[in-house]
Amino acid sequence: MNGASLVARQFRYTNTAFWRNPASAFFTFAFPLMFLVIFTTLFGNSDAVIGGETMKTSTIFVASMAAFSVITACYTNIAISVSFSRDQGILKRLRGTPLPGWTYLTARVVHATAIALVLVAICAAFGALVYEASLPTGMSLVRFLVALLVGAASFAALGLAITAAIPNADASPAIVNASILPLLFLSGVFVPITDDAPGWIDVISKVFPVRHLVDSMNAGFLGTPFRWSDVLVIGLWGLAGLVMASRFFTWEPRK
Amino acid sequence: MSERVIDVRGLRKAYGDMVAVSDIDLHVDRGEVFALLGPNGAGKTSTTEILEGYRSRTAGEVSVLGYDPASRAAAFRERIGIVLQSTGVDPFLTVRETIDMYAGYYPRRRSTGEVIGVVGLDEKADTRVNKLSGGQQRRLDVAIALAGDPDVLFLDEPTTGFDPSARRNAWEIVRNLTAIGKTVFLTTHLMDEAQYLAHRVAVISRGEIVAEGPPDTIAGRDRMLSHIRYRLPEGAPSPPAWGQTVEPDGSFTVRAEDATRMAHEITGWALERGFSLERLEVSQPSLEDVYLELTDGEGSP
Repeated sequence: MNGASLVARQFRYTNTAFWRNPASAFFTFAFPLMFLVIFTTLFGNSDAVIGGETMKTSTIFVASMAAFSVITACYTNIAISVSFSRDQGILKRLRGTPLPGWTYLTARVVHATAIALVLVAICAAFGALVYEASLPTGMSLVRFLVALLVGAASFAALGLAITAAIPNADASPAIVNASILPLLFLSGVFVPITDDAPGWIDVISKVFPVRHLVDSMNAGFLGTPFRWSDVLVIGLWGLAGLVMASRFFTWEPRK
Repeated sequence: MSERVIDVRGLRKAYGDMVAVSDIDLHVDRGEVFALLGPNGAGKTSTTEILEGYRSRTAGEVSVLGYDPASRAAAFRERIGIVLQSTGVDPFLTVRETIDMYAGYYPRRRSTGEVIGVVGLDEKADTRVNKLSGGQQRRLDVAIALAGDPDVLFLDEPTTGFDPSARRNAWEIVRNLTAIGKTVFLTTHLMDEAQYLAHRVAVISRGEIVAEGPPDTIAGRDRMLSHIRYRLPEGAPSPPAWGQTVEPDGSFTVRAEDATRMAHEITGWALERGFSLERLEVSQPSLEDVYLELTDGEGSP
């Protein structure tokens, strides 16, 4: 079998197992939607002019939750579930088979990316149907999808990379959340960053990839300017994650 | 001339200053069951994991099926099966799906149904892994290792947690494998397992192989003195001096070179005086006796 069909085959098993863990699957999907409902309820859903168009303010939250979905499904989920697979010896066993390690990890990345796409689609559909949020169309949709795919793959690579810093599975949720939650706040995922915010927040958010993902999602939903430089920064982080993962990823439980 | 499947010369593994494996030699021929015995920390796992390709070595030559395991060549891994001491599988897949998945990694695979039959999980074929008992999961581990029809099977304490009848079944599985030319490298802390399964055993202690040979004759076991144990009934006269020692429970043990003659003498003495010996027992030193002597009470096996 060639690499692609091995990945496809592994993807199927990963997917089967994912849906058979209903608690995990449910919360992966419920989380972004829950935040969308909370934010729209808290901040209201009025008309506003954004990017030259009149739209519902719920669109802002749909865009934020699209970014959040990508990060949950790819970064958080991969980092935690791979840490558990490592601790349970699943990875070590695989390492003893002829399956090339990269095909297994690629299948997990592809699966996480697929879940992220479905999540974003659900958020967008829910926002449009329930809150009359605007959706990307035309070229803006194409650019949005490119940014989405690059974002998903990059955050998945970063999720694999961070497992090298996780000593055991029990510590994984704490480490993963500590590494991502501050950035989510500093990058305007939950709370919009106003012009009064101190300059260092702006600097930090521009260095790390989360803000760039949020901006790309905003460009799709809100019609704000789309910048390929955002996609580039995200992609570079993804590449860095890939390099780190290929150097430091371990298949055996840490002692 | 038998075919060398595993050949190890001067293998050394050091972790910093700590030498885990100190220049050992060993070999396993095709169709053999070879058991490596030793206390925890004696170098068993290091040796096994070097042979499996999990760990690099510090020095020495290692060849498994003609490959250097450290190269991690796919062609090498296609021909070995590994049952690790502690290992997991996805809890949400069924037994059949799990074996199918692993079988798919190998070019030469056994049919999933057949493998399930070999380990006796037929009734659990469509059960999810997280619904299996500990012993059933261990059998699944063995099934996964067999899925790629390996030439060499590494079994690291394969029957830990088995009840006695499941253990017997597992042993039969291993015996049947050697009947079709498979080679088995076994580590175990169960002496009866090594006694029953292994054609040859090696005892490793503090990183060195201290004895090696067939379980019946290792370390001169066959030349060691037999033990004859008995108890005297109430009111029996004192026996002559046979060199017996008194055990804590009041029974006597006589060590004899020729057990037949000595037992005859003891029982003859009792019969002449018109009484029977209680709990009469004649035994050879067990593999465990030899093992404990060799490892010098270094720890549990």
